[in-house]
Amino acid sequence: MHNFSIAKFILVLLVFCSLSTFAKAESDGGAVSSKSEIDAYIDHHLQDSYDYNFWSDGETGEHFGFPLPIILIDDGLKVFLSSKFHHGETVAEADGEYYKIYHGKIYKTDAEGTITLGEENHPTNSKPLDFSITKNVATMILTSILLLFMFGGLAKNYKHSKLPKGFGRVLEPLVIYVRDDIAIPNIGEKKYRNFMGFLLTVFFFIWILNLLGMTPLGVNVTGNIAVTACLALFTYVITQFSANKEYWKHIFWMPGVPVLMKIILIPIELLGTLTKPFALMIRLFANITAGHVVIMSLIALIFVGNNIYADTSISLLLALFISVIELLVAFLQAYIFTMLSALFIGLAVEEHDHAHDEHATKEII
Amino acid sequence: MEKLINDFSFGLFFWQAIILVILIFLLRKFAWKPILDSLNSREESIQNALDAADRAKEEMMNLKEDNKQMLNEAREQRDQMLRDAQAMKKRLLEEATEEAGKKSAELLTKAQETIQAEKKAAIKELKSQVGLLSLDIAEKVIKAELKDDKSQKALVEKMLKEVQLN
Repeated sequence: MHNFSIAKFILVLLVFCSLSTFAKAESDGGAVSSKSEIDAYIDHHLQDSYDYNFWSDGETGEHFGFPLPIILIDDGLKVFLSSKFHHGETVAEADGEYYKIYHGKIYKTDAEGTITLGEENHPTNSKPLDFSITKNVATMILTSILLLFMFGGLAKNYKHSKLPKGFGRVLEPLVIYVRDDIAIPNIGEKKYRNFMGFLLTVFFFIWILNLLGMTPLGVNVTGNIAVTACLALFTYVITQFSANKEYWKHIFWMPGVPVLMKIILIPIELLGTLTKPFALMIRLFANITAGHVVIMSLIALIFVGNNIYADTSISLLLALFISVIELLVAFLQAYIFTMLSALFIGLAVEEHDHAHDEHATKEII
Repeated sequence: MEKLINDFSFGLFFWQAIILVILIFLLRKFAWKPILDSLNSREESIQNALDAADRAKEEMMNLKEDNKQMLNEAREQRDQMLRDAQAMKKRLLEEATEEAGKKSAELLTKAQETIQAEKKAAIKELKSQVGLLSLDIAEKVIKAELKDDKSQKALVEKMLKEVQLN
C-alpha cells in the first residue's frame, strides 16, 4: 500500500515535471513551434543562465523567478544583480561600463548594446572575466546545503542512538553501499578510508544534481561540461597525488619490457592517465545532456504535430517512459563516476606484491 | 567540439572547484567521519555481541558437560559410600561378634578361675577347720584321759617307754 502511494507520487511528479517544461517551452517570447525555435529552446535550456527563471508569460513578457548576482572582473570588481539585464533584453551599466548578454554570455558593449559579429557569427566584442553566481552555481550551493543538512543530521543522529531514525534510514544504506560496493572492492580494506570523503561527497553531489535536473527547476548542472570537467579534475588530482612509487614506475619505466619499448610506452602511459578522467568528464556530461535533450524533444512533439490530442498523449507517454529511465540514469551515472574514480585511485595505490615480491616487502618495511 | 569549448565557462568551473573543496571538507568533518566511525563501531559491537553469544553457547555446553560429569561423579561417590557403609557395617558386626565371643570366653575362664580359687580356698579352710576340730577332739580326749593322777602316770610311763626305745 505504502509502495503504491510512493509510485503514484513519483508518477504525478513526473507528469508535473513534463508539463512544467512544456509550459516553459512557451516562454522566451511567445509560442515555440518551428523546428529551429525548438532547437534554440532546447539549447537555451541546456545552457547555464544568469537568473532563476521558473516560468514566463510569453504574451505579456513577464518572467517569474529571481535574479542572481553578476560578478565581473573588468578593470576592477563589478558586482550587480542580473535583473539589470532584464532577461537579456537590455544593456546593463556598471561603473560606466556597459554589458550585454548575447547567446548566454556577457559581452562588453557600448551604451546602445551593439554586438559586432565577426566571421561564423561570433561576436568580436571583448568578454569580461565572468565569476557570476549563475543558476548552476546557485544550484550547486543549494545541493551542498541539502547534503550538509541530510548527512549532518544523520551524523548527529548517531550521537544519541546507534540506529538511524527517519530519513537517515534511507541515507545509511546508501553510505554503506558506497563504502562496501564501491570503495572497499576497488581501493582495498587498508586504504579506502582516506578516500571516503571524496567518493561519498562526489557520489551524492552528482546524484542529487542529476535528480534536481529532472525537477521543474529546469537546471542542467551535471550536463554542463565545466562541471563535469571540474569533477573529473578532482579525480585526476587525487589519483596522481595518492599514487605510490609502483604506479609511477609503471608509467615511466614499465618493468618487464625491452628498453626501447619502455621509452615508447612513456608518452602512451602518460596520455593514459589523462584519458581516464577525460572519459569521466565526457561520460557524465553526455549522458545527462542526452537525457535532457531526449525528454525536451519528446515534449516538443506536441508543438510540431498537427493533431494536438494525439501528439500530446504520445509525447507525454514517451516523456514519462524516458523520465523513468532518466531516474535510473541519474543514479547510474553517479554510481559509474564514483566507481571509476575509486577504480583509478585503487590502481594508483595498489601494492604490486605479486610481481615484485622483494621490492614490495621492502616498501612495506 | 568547438561549441563545447566555446560553452566552457571558467566562472562556473572556478565556483564549482571552490564549492566542491569546501563541501568535501565540511562533509568529511561533520558527516562522513562521524557516520563512518559510528557505522564501524556499530558493526564491531554487533560482531562482538555475536562472538559473545557464541562463547556463551560454548560455555553453556561446557557447563552442561561439567554438570553431567559432576552428576556422574556424585552418583559414583554415593554408590561408593553405600558400598563402604555396607562393608563397614559387616566388619563392625563381625568385629563385635568376635569381641563378644572373646569377652564371654574370657569371662568364662575368669569365672572358672575364680571358682577354682574359691574351691581351693574352701578346701584350705575346710582343712584347717578339720585340723582345729581334730585338735579340739584330741585335746578333749587327752583331757579325758588325764583326768586323774593314775592315768597321768600311766601315760608318762608309756611315753618314756617310747622315748627309751628311740
